[in-house]
Amino acid sequence: MEDNNKNSRRKFLDKGLKLGLATAIGGMAISKISKLSAKSNTSTGEFVELMTTDGTLIQVDSSEVVEVVQTCDTDKKYNVREGMPNRKFVMVIDLAKCKNALKCQTACNKHHYITGDHAWLKVYKMQEEEDTAPYWMPTTCMHCDHPACVTVCPVDATFKRRDGLVLIDNERCIGCRFCMAACPYSTRVFNWSEPNQGNMEMEMEMEGSCHSSPEFAGLPSVKGTVDKCDFCPHSIDKGELPHCVTACPNGVFYFGDKYEDTVTNGDETLRLSKLLRDKDGYRLMEGLGTKPSVYYLPPVNRLVDFEDGLEHYTEYKSVENTEES
Amino acid sequence: MKNYDQLLTDLAPQKFGKKGVIWTIFLVVVIIAGLLAYIDQVIKGQVVTNMNDYALWGVYISNFVFFVATSFVSTITVAVLRLTKNAWRTPIVRIAEIISVAAIIMAGLTIMIDMGRPDRLMNLFIHGRMQSPIIWDVIIIPTFMAIALLLLYFPLLPDFALLKNYFKNTKPKLSKWYGNLSLNWTGSDAQKSIHLKSIHLISLLIIPAGFMLQTVDAWLFSTLFRVGWDSTNMGAYFISGAAVAGIGALITVVYVIRRFYNLESYITDLHFDKLGKFLALTCLIYLYFNINEYLIPEFTSKKEEITHLNVLVTGEYAPLFWFVIVGGLIIPIIALFFKKGRKPLPMFFISLLVVLGSWWKRYLIVTPTLLHPFLPIQGVPKEWHYYFPSLHEWLITFATLAMCLLIITILVRYVPVIPIQRTADEQEELETAKNIKS
Repeated sequence: MEDNNKNSRRKFLDKGLKLGLATAIGGMAISKISKLSAKSNTSTGEFVELMTTDGTLIQVDSSEVVEVVQTCDTDKKYNVREGMPNRKFVMVIDLAKCKNALKCQTACNKHHYITGDHAWLKVYKMQEEEDTAPYWMPTTCMHCDHPACVTVCPVDATFKRRDGLVLIDNERCIGCRFCMAACPYSTRVFNWSEPNQGNMEMEMEMEGSCHSSPEFAGLPSVKGTVDKCDFCPHSIDKGELPHCVTACPNGVFYFGDKYEDTVTNGDETLRLSKLLRDKDGYRLMEGLGTKPSVYYLPPVNRLVDFEDGLEHYTEYKSVENTEES
Repeated sequence: MKNYDQLLTDLAPQKFGKKGVIWTIFLVVVIIAGLLAYIDQVIKGQVVTNMNDYALWGVYISNFVFFVATSFVSTITVAVLRLTKNAWRTPIVRIAEIISVAAIIMAGLTIMIDMGRPDRLMNLFIHGRMQSPIIWDVIIIPTFMAIALLLLYFPLLPDFALLKNYFKNTKPKLSKWYGNLSLNWTGSDAQKSIHLKSIHLISLLIIPAGFMLQTVDAWLFSTLFRVGWDSTNMGAYFISGAAVAGIGALITVVYVIRRFYNLESYITDLHFDKLGKFLALTCLIYLYFNINEYLIPEFTSKKEEITHLNVLVTGEYAPLFWFVIVGGLIIPIIALFFKKGRKPLPMFFISLLVVLGSWWKRYLIVTPTLLHPFLPIQGVPKEWHYYFPSLHEWLITFATLAMCLLIITILVRYVPVIPIQRTADEQEELETAKNIKS
């Protein structure tokens, strides 16, 4: 008897639940349909003239005009950690042309709102030995293919993308600075205090840019986390070159895609493989096996005088004090 | 039975007295000062330290390495002496276990002080990646901590049972605590057999755990490219250095406790003699690895290595370097070779020197390397070419050291520093042996 009782109760519950679920789904479907039909029914009779992307004018019922909600990730499929599909970004720095004009650094500091004491892009005054010639050497993040920083990061805050970029998720970084110790190029900087980036927030909003994405390094910088050169994916996205490339008056920086085998400094576009072959391209500290994405052309047949650069050289400064007071 | 009474009155935890209270208050004040400095650091960011993008690790990390090294003491004394059946270890093992527990707890805490975002600590567990040496540390430190705690707690069970009875009338509340902690220890044969087996197993476990802990700590540095860290010597170098730091700390604490509690009849000159020889041995091994670490790069004279070595040997870090090598290793070794050097008082000063040397040694491993990167230091403020800890860093560091001493002090206050049951058993054995002879 008891068994029977239990069984029937179970059946009742089972059926009840199923019925309830079916009703809920049905109800939702009906409400959706009614909404759809409602939209097409309520035409106001007022028309608005709009121009399509190819330039023809069209008339649309004013009820159809809906404001586009601006979202940061317009393409949901795009994964910041995967990067841009089928690209492999590289840079070539021609040391023969560099005369320490420092326009690259100024532009980089400005566009990334760098307020600390340490620029992401530096121009080193180099001289290997007393007998060898001095030269100017700009350095960015090398965006290594075997990045030591990524290997040691305990929380996957700094990561390597398919398009070659090494970026930092400063919302995840725990500030252990192990990546900084791992990087042989000393390219990483730390936000030791609350970064005072001035009216960065406002300016970014005016431009309609997004915030808090690893693709926009430094926007904003976060206290207690690591920053570094991001290879400007926000510029690439807009079809522009990184800020240092466009700012350089001497065409030192070439930027491009290894798969397309082309690099450009804005004035001339060159075949990457040929350029590296003809001008003996090399990478910094090849022996460490980091496989950088930044190539250097040796400072031979120089068009500029090394001494010219000394005018801008400041040993203890790489970021202009932007404090307005 | 008379035997037990004497032992209990001698060895049961006693109230501190005036000196002890003053000492504890002193430690608490130092800790509070450090805590305030730390709160300030959290609010303002690590700008309050003298660290910078080049000297990106400082005294926090070297202090952490020192704590990790000191925690090795239970591995090297308790476990190793147990497995090699060195019977003289009995009166000093409990103190070694206490130091080990205190040091590893503080190691876990100090590493967090160095984090730029301590609020994101949980990311280590949410997003942890096995390939990072820091995650190896996250795994091995709690593991070692658990084993070190067990190694302290298990041998304590019979003593807790004894103390429960001892304090039954005088301090019923305390007696109840000891009773709960003793886990119903009755001293039956079955319990004794399980007890012995467990202790044996734990001391077997703490040897690989200790070696792994020290090695992972060494690998935090040797997995990086930097000159001075990029060395295959590091694992063994750190293990031998940890033995020196651990035994040095042990002798210092043993001496202080012996004087404070008047335990001269339990911890005798013989024990100091043995500990002195042990310290001399570990110092010699560490010296050997030091020679490996510094002499070979000097011989091959690679440009970067030489720059680094010159800074240590003749440059700005030379006074510290030679203090560590001569004061922290060579003088102790020579002094410990003589019988007079292995008497309690000289040993106290020698091991104090060893501990001091060990602390600065870690500083020398961390700091100079960072100040000699592969590319020259340019385009940064002049102060970034040097590093010396700021006031905040010193306050916080002293607070961590004080906290370590406070943990030791509290444990010494409530836990018998010399195993009572074991001492009684051993005395009994000795007497029966005597009776048989006569």
